[in-house]
Amino acid sequence: MNETSETQEWESEIKSEDSLFSINFKEVWQYRDLLLMLVKRDYISTYKQTILGPIWFFVQPILTMIIYVILFGQIAKLPTDGAPQIVFYLSGITIWNYFSESLTKTSSVFRDNAAIFGKVYFPRLIMPLSIVVSALIKFGIQFTLFIAIVLYYTFIEHKIHPNLWILATPFLLLLMSLFSLGLGMIFSSMTTKYKDLVFLLTFGIQLFMYATPVVYSITSIPEKYQWIVLANPLTSIFQCFRYGYLGSGSFDPNSLFYSIGVIVVLLSIGVVIFNKVEKSFMDTV
Amino acid sequence: MKKLAIKAENISKQYRLGEVGTGTLSHDLNRFWHKLRNNEDPYLKIGDANDRRSKGESDYVWSLQDINFEVEQGDALGIIGRNGAGKSTLLKLLSKVTKPTTGNFKMNGRIASLLEVGTGFNPEMTGRENIYLNGAILGMRRQEITRKLDEIISFSGVERYIDTPVKRYSSGMYVRLAFAVAAHLESEILIVDEVLAVGDAEFQKKCLGKMGDVPKGEGRTVLFVSHNMSAIDALCNKTLMLENGRVLAQGRTKDIIAMYFKSNSQEEGLFDIGRIDDSEIVVINQSKLMNQAGVLTNNFEFGDSLTIEVELESSEYIKAPYFWIMVKSMNGPMFAATGMLDGFRPEFLKEGINKIKCTFFNPQLLPGTYYFHMGIRAEDGLSLLSKSKDVATFNVLGSLVDKGLNGTLADSLANDSISPLVPYQWEFENGQIYNFNSK
Repeated sequence: MNETSETQEWESEIKSEDSLFSINFKEVWQYRDLLLMLVKRDYISTYKQTILGPIWFFVQPILTMIIYVILFGQIAKLPTDGAPQIVFYLSGITIWNYFSESLTKTSSVFRDNAAIFGKVYFPRLIMPLSIVVSALIKFGIQFTLFIAIVLYYTFIEHKIHPNLWILATPFLLLLMSLFSLGLGMIFSSMTTKYKDLVFLLTFGIQLFMYATPVVYSITSIPEKYQWIVLANPLTSIFQCFRYGYLGSGSFDPNSLFYSIGVIVVLLSIGVVIFNKVEKSFMDTV
Repeated sequence: MKKLAIKAENISKQYRLGEVGTGTLSHDLNRFWHKLRNNEDPYLKIGDANDRRSKGESDYVWSLQDINFEVEQGDALGIIGRNGAGKSTLLKLLSKVTKPTTGNFKMNGRIASLLEVGTGFNPEMTGRENIYLNGAILGMRRQEITRKLDEIISFSGVERYIDTPVKRYSSGMYVRLAFAVAAHLESEILIVDEVLAVGDAEFQKKCLGKMGDVPKGEGRTVLFVSHNMSAIDALCNKTLMLENGRVLAQGRTKDIIAMYFKSNSQEEGLFDIGRIDDSEIVVINQSKLMNQAGVLTNNFEFGDSLTIEVELESSEYIKAPYFWIMVKSMNGPMFAATGMLDGFRPEFLKEGINKIKCTFFNPQLLPGTYYFHMGIRAEDGLSLLSKSKDVATFNVLGSLVDKGLNGTLADSLANDSISPLVPYQWEFENGQIYNFNSK
């Protein structure tokens, strides 16, 4: 018996110690069907037995937009780079929703799925990935609303002038999903042990929105403070998005490289921490 | 020499007791500081053996310590031990739900682990959608599920409801569907927790049959954890016994089971049971077997009446509970005394210690090894007060030849005997007596 076990080749191994970057991407790929089923589950469990179904996706951005128009547009009179207020705010809301939804949900992925994670093994990375993809569906629906408004202002009102930068949209989305994934994985890993971070995150996201040009334009900020907003990797993404669809505002293509750099670093940190925590989080969650 | 499917080397698992919170950060920083200087983790040196009855010194306990074993391909390995011995932890490590503190497992072949059936079932989704979801969670590919879909649906026996959300299912249907998916999982290594304890009888038989086929064909390797010695006996050719996180013994199933019962009994015929599950309201402390002469023993003569006396500890006053006591062979139930059928129920169980006795008259059991299995249900007949489990084992002595059976099949016949209806008597400590005699 000892002879066989020493000479035998082993297909897989469970070790107590792992290297930092031991993520098995091949395994994640093998579980791609699970990712799709989880997306389907999210969709069904949210909208089954609601009368309006996905129409609810429209209600939230429209109401938020109306409030922003009244609050920031009419009362505070924040400049919008000359773009109509409705389409200006809606553009910010549409992509911010995607980011904040992805981030909030990936941040609690370990706690929300403890019941499943405690019983079955599958590459844990599938769960946050499915969240980001689920959020993409919601984004897609809200995006059609945004496009309809853009078309109205372009061809009927002639107030905005979309340009070729709109082709960058998929890339901007990818950047945002990677950013929320990276940040979300860091938070979800830390919250399994340190629950305090949950509180930090809930109001942190609200505050973060004001550090991102969602309701204002970067040009309307005093130059002294602009660096704060420019340090935010989301800023260039929002600026690029607005510049493409509204044809207004300032946008420096080089700032996108800064965002890419920050996002790649955060994502790597996130993946490493997540990978470390996923193997033993059931003991502490 | 056969190839190995699993090899466990020096597996240990340490858990931190009490609140994980205060002190966590300081321990983590201390750990990190030691790691920086290339020192060993200071918390690995401490820790008590996992004996929850004694109050330990340290905040850390070793749930498993220095576990080594090998499983050959095609083997069915049973894992037994008292509650808290480390069985579930071992399965969790093997299922990759959490990782070992030290040591490693080496494995050959695709692993499927069933610590639970129906993991991830979503109440809003239909039966069909849940088959896909649950299958995917268990690691099946979409086309693999599609290929087996008809088989799974017909195995579950819920064809009519397959496009209805599972929240409308009865709990039995829900479990059937969950089992059906699990039963169709293809893997070289199958890890099963005591999930077979649920579901209805017909389905259990169907599933046990399916499970029983597993190690025989396909060279599949099975690891099975159970409190149910008769199930272990029927399914597994080898068994591993854990106690306080260490391997106490491993070897042929028959030997280890005998040892398990022996280690739980101070004398022959006396078995300590204790709490099996944290949810139990009534704990079966101890069972005693007595022969016709009232002598404590676990060896019976052919035709001896069988008496079992059980000591129960109830955590509250309970009105009119249902009891059932069943005699089983490794092939399944033989005969039983069931309150649900005969209508007998003790008026009440008082808080604290209660005793109940049941005698089967002239059971005519053929020579062999048998088990007593019992459970207790609440007054409503639904909720379990005490998990149904094996509480004692006994031998019937003699040979078939003595009984005048000397045909060529006499030896194998003992395992294939027909269930008889045996007259019996219930006797509760307050003097309540009930006699059952078939007419």
